[in-house]
Amino acid sequence: VTSHVPVDEALLRSAVPRTIAILVRRGADFAAAEDAVQDALVEALRTWDADPPRDPQAWLVTVGWRRFLDATRSHDARRRREERVEEEPAPGPALDHDDSLQLYFLCAHPSLTPSAAVALTLRAVGGLTTRQIAAAHLVPEATMAQRISRAKRTIAAVPLGEPGDVATVLRTLYLVFNEGYSGDVDLAAEAIRLTRRLAASVDHPEVAGLLALMLLTHARRAARTDAAGRLVPLADQDRSLWDTTAIAEGVDVLQAALARDRLGEFQAQAAIAALHADAPTSEETDWVQVVEWYDELTALTDNPVARLGRALAVGHADGPRAGLAALAQLDETLPRHTAAAAYLHERAGDLPLAARLYAEAALRAPSLPERDHLTRQAARLNAALRG
Amino acid sequence: MSRTAGRLRPRDERGQNGPHPTEEIDVKYLLLKHYRGPKTSTNDVPMDQWAPDEVDAHIQYMDDFANRLRETGEFVTGEALAPDGMWVRYDGEGKPPAVDGPFAETKDLIAGWMVIDVEDQDRAVELAGELSAAPGAGGRPLGEWLEVRPFLEHHSGGHHG
Repeated sequence: VTSHVPVDEALLRSAVPRTIAILVRRGADFAAAEDAVQDALVEALRTWDADPPRDPQAWLVTVGWRRFLDATRSHDARRRREERVEEEPAPGPALDHDDSLQLYFLCAHPSLTPSAAVALTLRAVGGLTTRQIAAAHLVPEATMAQRISRAKRTIAAVPLGEPGDVATVLRTLYLVFNEGYSGDVDLAAEAIRLTRRLAASVDHPEVAGLLALMLLTHARRAARTDAAGRLVPLADQDRSLWDTTAIAEGVDVLQAALARDRLGEFQAQAAIAALHADAPTSEETDWVQVVEWYDELTALTDNPVARLGRALAVGHADGPRAGLAALAQLDETLPRHTAAAAYLHERAGDLPLAARLYAEAALRAPSLPERDHLTRQAARLNAALRG
Repeated sequence: MSRTAGRLRPRDERGQNGPHPTEEIDVKYLLLKHYRGPKTSTNDVPMDQWAPDEVDAHIQYMDDFANRLRETGEFVTGEALAPDGMWVRYDGEGKPPAVDGPFAETKDLIAGWMVIDVEDQDRAVELAGELSAAPGAGGRPLGEWLEVRPFLEHHSGGHHG
């Protein structure tokens, strides 16, 4: 009887970026090393259940290097390959946590489009398979494979280790987080895992700010949809479903970041999330402070979503009329502008107008859950108006 | 007892401008082709009137277009539809569905579609323009009107609510 130990996928995945870095240090270029490690990863997922290795990291390096040599051989580079084999790979300089950090920078390189950066980060840093990434994006595996190899060609001339801007990495991780989950991979949880690891190697208040924002937002997930899968707005959420452990960690991470007095966009957003997380009900939320943080946020960024959020917060802090006045300052074509107007008009007591705006907002909703939610809001008000 | 109230006050000093988080990337669009539609192509000659090599050139162009999108990692799916179909609806408990058709009089007859997964709307428009440039009669661009429709996202984004 063999003991059946399922593959520890998280452990396996976390070994991927380091394995790539080791292969690069042995002389492989990034694109080839990344392909080889992906092959090794797929093999690990296939064989480890039956035959788990004693040292997963060493196994990945051995198999990845073999795959790299196979690929090099088939690429008509026999001489170079033989030289490498004769040399027997040099161990390279001592490895440290900066190896994965360099991969974060490379995979979020500014020459990449956001979707290319996301795909490459998920594979090379996150250790996901192409199939998993494709399933999460609802595209064919071949399409995702092409997207990733194009991304690698785009950055072919960029050496691993070139200093990068942490802001581009944060933007990429934030995009991953907002992709939510479909398929068998929870990209929000994956983004938190990657940001947590980044925060362990980079001392930057915005990295902490993003981690806090993710934790505080993710903490509300169980309450954000009901049993039937319907979207539940913040004000109506069952707050006992919020993950208090994640909230506590998020608040701690945020407090430590804010104490350094280098405010940034993610810290400001996390502060707003923290104020919501802190309130027992929507009414008891410190809306005045929420508005103050939105002021900070809109001063830091021209993000229209933030201005819309501010108008809604003003609607709570100073009343729906004030909120509508703030909303009137904004471009009406902004996404979710109509939905915000509907919400504020309902609070102001103009139910017929609110019902009409909800119905209009439903037609413009960018996602299925939002459209259904807005349609239900319109139907609810219309039913109430019919008496 | 509040964990945060009074402890998260805005600071005077500001960091540099941070990244600008985009809300959605990888938008899927449907490019709809019509056998007949409300809008007329610029090169409006029925396909059965083209020279055979013009038909071949058109089909080759469409195949190349799809392959190019596979290469760029933007292709999701593409299908062609037969023009003949029927209308079907529920017709009451215990009864077979009511069937009507084939529908000869439809003004708007869908010929097929391609689903693409692109960075933004500009890219979708650019690609639809290229697809519409497929050669038709005389080897000149067909100039066919394509309907471009964004997909609704399946989820509402992690940061809402």
